Amino acid sequence: MKFRSNLWIGGALIAVVVAGGALAPWLAHTDPVMDANLMNAEMPPGSEFWFGTDAQGRDIYSRVLYGARVSLTVGIVSQLINTFIGVCLGMSAAYWGGWWDDLVSGLTNLMLAIPSLIFALAIMAILTPGLTSLLIALGLTNWSFTCRLSRAATLSIKEQGYVEAARSLGYTDTRIMFRQVLPNIAGPIIVIGTLGIGGAVLAEASLSFLGLGIRPPFPSWGSMLSDARDQITTAPWISIFPGLAIFMTVLGLNLLGDGLRDVLDPHSQTRKA
Amino acid sequence: MLPYIARRLLQMVPILLAVAALIFLLFSVIPGTFASSMGDDGRTVVDAQVMERMNQELGLNDPLPIRFGKYVAQLATFDLGTSFRSRQPVSQVIADRLWPSFQLAMAAMLFAMVIGVPLGFAAAIKPGSLFDSVAIMLAVSGLSLPKFWLGLLLMYLFALKLGWFPSFGYGDGSLRYLVLPAVALGVSPLALLARTSRAAVLEVLHADFIRTARAKGAGNIRVMRWHVARNAFVIILTTLGLQFGSILGQAVVVEKLFSWPGLGSLLVDSVTLRDIPVVQGCILTIVLLFLVINIIVDVLCAAIDPRIKYS
Repeated sequence: MKFRSNLWIGGALIAVVVAGGALAPWLAHTDPVMDANLMNAEMPPGSEFWFGTDAQGRDIYSRVLYGARVSLTVGIVSQLINTFIGVCLGMSAAYWGGWWDDLVSGLTNLMLAIPSLIFALAIMAILTPGLTSLLIALGLTNWSFTCRLSRAATLSIKEQGYVEAARSLGYTDTRIMFRQVLPNIAGPIIVIGTLGIGGAVLAEASLSFLGLGIRPPFPSWGSMLSDARDQITTAPWISIFPGLAIFMTVLGLNLLGDGLRDVLDPHSQTRKA
Repeated sequence: MLPYIARRLLQMVPILLAVAALIFLLFSVIPGTFASSMGDDGRTVVDAQVMERMNQELGLNDPLPIRFGKYVAQLATFDLGTSFRSRQPVSQVIADRLWPSFQLAMAAMLFAMVIGVPLGFAAAIKPGSLFDSVAIMLAVSGLSLPKFWLGLLLMYLFALKLGWFPSFGYGDGSLRYLVLPAVALGVSPLALLARTSRAAVLEVLHADFIRTARAKGAGNIRVMRWHVARNAFVIILTTLGLQFGSILGQAVVVEKLFSWPGLGSLLVDSVTLRDIPVVQGCILTIVLLFLVINIIVDVLCAAIDPRIKYS
């Protein structure tokens, strides 16, 4: 097995972000919300404030660390919801067929027609901004691709001998779907799921940037960037570090997803001539 | 071809109706109405009687099915309702924003195509080479960049430091204002196009008809141009059409950042103000644009590739 550089680089990047978020209380220099001090406002990066301070004099390094918690929580949880919805709908539609299949396919087409960020924005409009609302908005709007994939994969597997054997043993439909079908279609779903976390991290940042996600003063990379816009002339470093953190996280997840694809889904491996 | 286009256009109707119903339902579960949200800023105090009268005038007191029925009946005559905020017809409000939005989306697409496609082609010529690896790495990075961060950096460097382009706004509508937002919006489709083109070219290069063409003595340039490019373009075009949806979505953020007067910034502002008819209108327009672009793409694909038959 050859050295898979994207798997390792991606994994390393994500390890750094996860460690930063998990160890934030120990690594951070100050409290990310409370320690505002106008005396320190807009200090450039230096030995005291590694990433500088923002307009309220808060330490950007500490806020970026805590921001990792929001991004990763939203990214992972919302993608788990999406994957759960997508797999359940897709698998059952293919397995049962009939009117249920028609209904699910119609719903999937409907979801594909509305750009997911727009849909999430519409949902955020009716909820109060905050973590739970973000999880709902992003968890309900991005399952169509997983659903299509699970449906297609299940269709080709449900005629296999071992599924028939399970059926003749009198196993229930649910048991067959989760014990016989799911393990055999899991590879591509894990790949899409990993890539989807990156998308969800970006979407969270976008919504928070628009003021419809995590509300200030709580640190989210997106809302930090939204504050930074006004100080771009006087203090550009406020914009640099939260953006770099988003970039690193999403890049890590994308590399990891590509790497996993090569391992778990060899059929779609990028052709090497 | 014409019956096919007509059928595709007709197929849009149920999707649009379903989207309208979905969005309508979503906004009818909101606690509070436009009238009650007017007091949200803490400065305006809205009298209960005034609020009641406004709800009455805006038809917000009717039962849900009646409101939906009225809404669909209006839609059938291309009437999107009246903005709660400006009291202008929604179709007028949206029409004013349509051109800047379209300009931005097209400019971003053009930027993505002009750089992304040649990059993918060049990378595919020698797979595994240094150039190929760098191109792949750039593509993955481009897909991971947050658009508004890239926009901020572009704004800082090219507008504030170098002063080459205006930092935000639509200005007089000249091209100079379009460059930075279009680049910020175009980077991720560019990256995706580079990846797709590379994969498409590699796929086509292995086809039998390429070997045949080479056996007949066709040179490299001829093979690339007439045999590879034409076949790869179908895949590239389809990707482009599907990407249009995410461009329309991402445009929300980029337009807001650059204060671009498009549909995206209108949508965000209306969401914040709870101007529901405008929000509904914006989403319907965006979905309509997305569907129409994809029909155009399918028709173009058939024009390029005679093997695609639509019956």
